[in-house]
Amino acid sequence: MSFINYSSREINCKIVYYGPGLCGKTTNLQYIYEKTNPTAKGKLISLATETDRTLFFDFLPLDLGTVRGFKTRFHLYTVPGQVFYDASRKLILKGVDGVVYVADSQEARMDANAESLQNLVSNLQDHGFDLKTIPYVLQLNKRDLPTAVPLEEMLKTLRYKDEPYYEAVAPKGIGVFDTLKACAKQVLLELSKK
Amino acid sequence: MGASDLIMYEEEFQKIKEIISKLRVDANANVVFLVDKNGQQIAATGDIESLDTTSLASLTAGNVAATDGLAKLIGEREFSVLFHEGEKDNIHISIVGGKVILVVIFDERSSLGLVRLRVKRGSDDLGKVFQQILEKTERERASGKSTFESPFAEITDEDIDALFKD
Ligand SMILES: Nc1nc2c(ncn2[C@@H]2O[C@H](COP(=O)(O)OP(=O)(O)O)[C@@H](O)[C@H]2O)c(=O)[nH]1
Ligand SMILES: [Mg+2]
Repeated sequence: MSFINYSSREINCKIVYYGPGLCGKTTNLQYIYEKTNPTAKGKLISLATETDRTLFFDFLPLDLGTVRGFKTRFHLYTVPGQVFYDASRKLILKGVDGVVYVADSQEARMDANAESLQNLVSNLQDHGFDLKTIPYVLQLNKRDLPTAVPLEEMLKTLRYKDEPYYEAVAPKGIGVFDTLKACAKQVLLELSKK
Repeated sequence: MGASDLIMYEEEFQKIKEIISKLRVDANANVVFLVDKNGQQIAATGDIESLDTTSLASLTAGNVAATDGLAKLIGEREFSVLFHEGEKDNIHISIVGGKVILVVIFDERSSLGLVRLRVKRGSDDLGKVFQQILEKTERERASGKSTFESPFAEITDEDIDALFKD
C-alpha cells in the first residue's frame, strides 16, 4: 500500500525481498545500504537471532529523490526465510507494493526455492494480492558458486510470469541495484496507472 | 489504486497535526506520532530531532503486526493498547480506527492514567479525520476524476532512470 502525502509531497512504497533461508536477501539490503549516499538512507534495522539469522525482518528506508516534485521513499524489507517463521513472513507482506524473489542458485537449494515461491504465492493471496499482477522481479543469486544450476534450468522452474530476472552475486553487488531498480520502476509505473 | 491505499490531503493533514500537538500538550508527553499499519510515518510532533522516527515507525508497525498475530492466535480480534515501560521513558501504543497506530512517548512528568485519558479523546478526534479522508478518497474514486492530479500519471522511463543516477 503506497502512501501519498499531498501535503508534504511525499510518496512511500514498500518492497519486500522474499526467498528461502540463506539465499541472500539480507546481503542484498546490506549491499544497498553500503553503496547508498548517507543522506539518502536511514538506518538498516535487522531483527536477527544471535547467529545472524533474520528473526522478524530487516528494514531499510531509502530516499530515491524526486519525481515530479514528489519525494519518493522506498521501504525495503526482507522476510525470515526459514520454513517455521511463516507467521512472521505473512505479516511483512501486508501492504506490499512490489516483491523481489531471491533464489539460491545452488543445486541443493532448488527444492527450497520452489517451495518458498509457492509459499509467496499463497501468502500474497491471503492478503488479497496476486503474484501474476503485482510488481515482481526474480533474482537468481549466488551465480558465483561452482554448484550453480544452469540459468535455463532455473528459469524453467522459477519463472512465474514474464517478470524481469537478474543473475546476481549479492556480496559483490552484482545484479543488486539492477534488481531493485527493476522493481521500483514497476511500482512507480503501477502508481501512474491508478 | 488498491482499496487500502492511503492518501493524505493538505486540509486533513493540518487537522491531524493540530490534534496530535494538542494531545502532546494535554498528556504532558514528549512525543506523539502516527504511523500507518505498514510502518509509514504519517505525522509526528514533540522532541523528534534526536529520534530516528523512520525506524521507530517501522518497528512500531512490526510490533503491532506481531501483537495482532498473537491476538488472533488466542481468538481476540486485536489488543487495542500496548504499553512498554522503561526506566525513564514509556511508550503507549494504540490503534485508531482499526488502521492507524498512535504512539505516545512520555516520562515521569506524566502518568499512564493521564496518557490513557487524553489518548481516548485524541483518538476520537483522529478517527473522525481519517473517516473524512476515507470518504473523500472514495468520492474522488467514484467520480473518476481527482481534484489532485496524480504526480505519477505521466511518469516516463527517463524519470525513473534519473532516480537511480549516482
Ligand atoms: N558465494 C555467495 N555467497 C552469498 C551470496 N549471497 C549471499 N551469500 C552468503 O550466503 C549467506 C546467507 O546470506 P543472507 O543474506 O544472510 O541470507 P538470507 O537468509 O536470505 O537473509 C551469507 O553468508 C552470505 O554471505 C552470493 O551471491 N554468493
Ligand atoms: Mg536474512
